[in-house]
Amino acid sequence: MHVVPLTPVDLGLAALLVVALALLSLRMRLNLAGQIVTAAVRTTVQLLLVGLVLKTLFAHVSLPWISLMALVMLLAAGREVMGRQTRRFAGWWGFGVGTVSMLVSSFAVTLLALTVIINIQPWYAPRYAVPLLGMVLGNTMTGMAVGLDRLTQAAWSQRAAIEGRLILGEQAATAIAAIRRESIRSGLIPIINAMSAAGIVSLPGMMTGQILGGSPPLEAVKYQILIMFLIAAGTGFGTITAVWLGGRRLFDERHRLRLDRLRPAR
Amino acid sequence: MIPAAAERALPPAFAMGGSGARLKVKGLCFLALGPFHFDVERGECLGITGASGTGKTLLLRALADLDPHTGEVFLDGVEAGALPASQWRRRVGLLPAESAWWSDTVGPHFNQIAPRRLSRLGFGTEVLQWEVARLSSGERQRLAFLRLLEGQPAVLLLDEPTANLDAENTRRLETLVRRYREQQGAAVVWVTHDLPQLERVSTRCCRLQNGRLESL
Repeated sequence: MHVVPLTPVDLGLAALLVVALALLSLRMRLNLAGQIVTAAVRTTVQLLLVGLVLKTLFAHVSLPWISLMALVMLLAAGREVMGRQTRRFAGWWGFGVGTVSMLVSSFAVTLLALTVIINIQPWYAPRYAVPLLGMVLGNTMTGMAVGLDRLTQAAWSQRAAIEGRLILGEQAATAIAAIRRESIRSGLIPIINAMSAAGIVSLPGMMTGQILGGSPPLEAVKYQILIMFLIAAGTGFGTITAVWLGGRRLFDERHRLRLDRLRPAR
Repeated sequence: MIPAAAERALPPAFAMGGSGARLKVKGLCFLALGPFHFDVERGECLGITGASGTGKTLLLRALADLDPHTGEVFLDGVEAGALPASQWRRRVGLLPAESAWWSDTVGPHFNQIAPRRLSRLGFGTEVLQWEVARLSSGERQRLAFLRLLEGQPAVLLLDEPTANLDAENTRRLETLVRRYREQQGAAVVWVTHDLPQLERVSTRCCRLQNGRLESL
């Protein structure tokens, strides 16, 4: 089986749908037309660029280049997590909490999958490494952003209750425990829902892509299950790490709630 | 309602061999305020007044080690930094102007409260099942005070403790604080705008002005 190649004209036809949406939103005064067009242009340019990068990477399998690509993806994801916070940590922490947590969760999970589960040679074969890392990173990023946002927002709005507990002699970890749990939960719910709905409500993108690409459906499904598990683990461990780190950063060594370590709400 | 007899005799649970201590403040600075130097002896009540925004609440928060500060605070000669923060805060009981509650009902906010201690403050054990949202401000403040006393603080830091209370509840709280101070030998710092109250409750008064404490 072969993929039907898409011509620029085919993509242009699909783009007309987006243009129609932009025109409709203009007419309905949704104030979104500009954003729709910009996002559509960005998606085209970014994906074309990454296609070129992947083409080059696939042609020259080299660990340093793949590591560079992974680093760029990590930094971009870290920046994205930071950007999605209403009250993010000030200074390097704003970028660091998410980036470090993704490094320990997404990278560890992807490495494990490449070396132990899929066990390809070499383990950094870009055809597997880049898409796997991309999917795990992308989903971990979302869960982590939700969890961290919830943590800092709740610490801000429930300041009196947290300090009320500190005043009575509770440790910082106890005083923030309930908020921490809620933040982790909110970060994990989306991936739990995605796993529950997979196959019934939604056909996950990777599986669909593989099937379109001509893979036998059962092989595609097995890969999708693997990916789902990796994403769940990456998101879970990543969110737990980020919320734990963030929860510690909210207090100093004298167990004082340090909301001055958060930037003002945007 | 607190029975009149109960107000005369302090609850036995409160009278455990005098947990009070002497508070000593040396060169305490926070934000642009200070340095503060003052002592509050066992059984003494230092009243502090001053215009809004002069830093009275911040002073109490610094004493409870809730905000970063420089300088030293001692309890019977032991510096705050020598104790774990949680232990320090349990010993210097801060009662904020607005009490904070984090569970729906009253019960989970207490460790193990003896029914007789509740009854001395005019509550039955059923108060533990009450919803916090339905408490009156007087009930809240009395319960918050009771909750604070569970840790047997050596010092009481009171931040406008009767600001939202009517005359009857104000009198009750003043009595409770006086009993605790006298029987436990607790040092008390009482912050309020209410000058007649300061005359009633304090043994010494100061005004916080321009980042300094001035005797009245």
